Amino acid sequence: MQILQYLINGISIGAVYAIIALGYTMVYGIAKMLNFAHGDIIMVGAYISFCVTNYLGLPAFVSVIAAMAVCTLLGILIEKLAYMPLRGTPSLAVLITAIGVSYFLQNGAQLIWGSAPKNFASIVPLKPVFLAGGELVITGEVIVTILASVLIMVGLTLFTTKTKIGKAMRAVSEDRAAAQLMGISVNNTISMTFAIGSALAAIAGVLLCSTVPTLQPTTGAMPGIRAFTAAVFGGIGSIPGAMLGGILLGIIETFSKAFISTQFSDAIVFSVLIIILLVKPAGLLGKQIQEKV
Amino acid sequence: MKKFTALMLAMLMVMSLLAGCGSSKPAADASTIKIGMSGPLTGGAAVYGKAVEAGMKIAVEEINAKGGLKIEFQSQDDEHDGEKALNAYNNLKDWGMQFFAGAVTTAPCLSIAPTAVEDNIFMMTPSGSSDKIPMTGNNIFQMCFTDPNQGASAAELVAELNMAQNIGIIFDNSDDYSKGLMNGFKTKAAELGLNIVCETNFTADNKTDLSTQVTQCKDAGCDFVFLPFYATEASQVLTQAAKIGYEPTFFGCDGMDGVLTIEGFDKSLAEGLVLMTPFNPDAPETQDFVSKYQAMMNGETPNQFAADGYDVIYAIYDACVAAGVDGTTAPSDACEMLKTYFATNEFSGLTGSGMTWDEQGMISKIPAAVVIENGKYVALG
Repeated sequence: MQILQYLINGISIGAVYAIIALGYTMVYGIAKMLNFAHGDIIMVGAYISFCVTNYLGLPAFVSVIAAMAVCTLLGILIEKLAYMPLRGTPSLAVLITAIGVSYFLQNGAQLIWGSAPKNFASIVPLKPVFLAGGELVITGEVIVTILASVLIMVGLTLFTTKTKIGKAMRAVSEDRAAAQLMGISVNNTISMTFAIGSALAAIAGVLLCSTVPTLQPTTGAMPGIRAFTAAVFGGIGSIPGAMLGGILLGIIETFSKAFISTQFSDAIVFSVLIIILLVKPAGLLGKQIQEKV
Repeated sequence: MKKFTALMLAMLMVMSLLAGCGSSKPAADASTIKIGMSGPLTGGAAVYGKAVEAGMKIAVEEINAKGGLKIEFQSQDDEHDGEKALNAYNNLKDWGMQFFAGAVTTAPCLSIAPTAVEDNIFMMTPSGSSDKIPMTGNNIFQMCFTDPNQGASAAELVAELNMAQNIGIIFDNSDDYSKGLMNGFKTKAAELGLNIVCETNFTADNKTDLSTQVTQCKDAGCDFVFLPFYATEASQVLTQAAKIGYEPTFFGCDGMDGVLTIEGFDKSLAEGLVLMTPFNPDAPETQDFVSKYQAMMNGETPNQFAADGYDVIYAIYDACVAAGVDGTTAPSDACEMLKTYFATNEFSGLTGSGMTWDEQGMISKIPAAVVIENGKYVALG
């Protein structure tokens, strides 16, 4: 029974990692860059949702839509201002810019909303489900987060395989120059990717803060790094991989906290990651791509 | 020739500096003692520094309105930075400070303390709670509990009021404050025969999700959980516990003061929460101070930091009056006189009554705890 409860806790936080990881993997898979500011877009999304519900008094679903809209715009803006001018430069330059954007967002949030943490009231109205005479609790947030992550994963998979824009994205991902020659606008496609990734970040932010209520300018940083790890773990660029990686990471983290040591949980999580990558360098579901010489 | 002129100019400047030293200190006025303070008045920890400063200013105004021995007070900003704190302390010394009523936060206290010992200037920190601060020298005093002592008094209170059968502890293993409290609590709990059944922790890097720790306490059957950390993490624990329908007695320390003022926090979750705080803004005897503070700080309710600051000024003032220290007493002599005074006398203020200090400058006072009822602090016991 105890194990089941920890398993549920693990899946709960893992599903949040999964949604964040989906955003990472989308952007990496198509734009071939690590957007380290992704975690901070999550934080912005959560703040927007917080403001809409607390200051404007609007219902929760409106706040989620507002958060998605703001984050989508923010994502496109960041891409246009910070990353587009660097297209074609070494990937290290883009990486460092992404870290800069991350700091910019954190400090900007501190300026706007202050450094004092806020308490994010859960937007999930579902009551927890008590099983086995109250020994096993499944909170409404767990149910909603898992459903949301599955829906997003399926939606993204269908989107990239069935729609025209999705196909364009995959084409850009496979060979940017060839896609351009085929008449695909690389810039628009990448902007679209950032828009989708950032909208996902907004959802992730709202669900993350519904699960763990503390909201402050650094809220997105740690979960962002973990979700990045999850994306690599599952095979970066792979949509089901991000989902699997996120959930597994959440479960491993919770189990090592519960049964081994709360202190070493990070060390254990990352050791598992290293071992997996030694055995399967492309991650669990990643495609092994032969570099042509 | 040019070199010679430069040399002459440099010498002139040095001489004028020396001359400046001699004349910048005006003749001390016997009727006024000088108390200096440093704290974070800007930056991330500004909320603490500003509260202490306001509390001290209220005390100074009250004393100066009374007549008799007066206080001249100066505060300096240290931005919660050790190096800046030392500069602030030196500025205050140049100003002619006789007593140092600071610093507010632990790191600046630790950076100033060795110099204060060397200078033999009486130092009393309102809120630096590490036990390393008074251990630096016997002229360094504290107005708040040291962390281990606060933890120990928490355990005594729990035993005295018979609050717990099975105790759980969650602490922040990356924070000295939290570890100090936890160690003090555990040692005392063992002495008193309290039953600790679950001990778990988190670190600054993995505190995003505290659900595992809460579940561990629930599974161990804890009816009492000790939370020696700050309000932010506490609000997470309370929310998580409410989600899984876990309702033990939660018990916090002074760092939890402020849990009711977190923006967006559902206050009903804190109902029944017990916390050790030396200062209760809802108690009748503190109302005069609360209204003065609110008038000064745009209606903000004072926290324990403000009350600690207020008490430090009164403690120094009372000691000066009783020991016959005035504005002409040299800081080092004044320090010896105050040390002698505090060795045998007690002090009562906003943060407790019958406070005494040991020869190390550590305080001993009756711990006060409050329980949150209907969103307000109610004295426990």
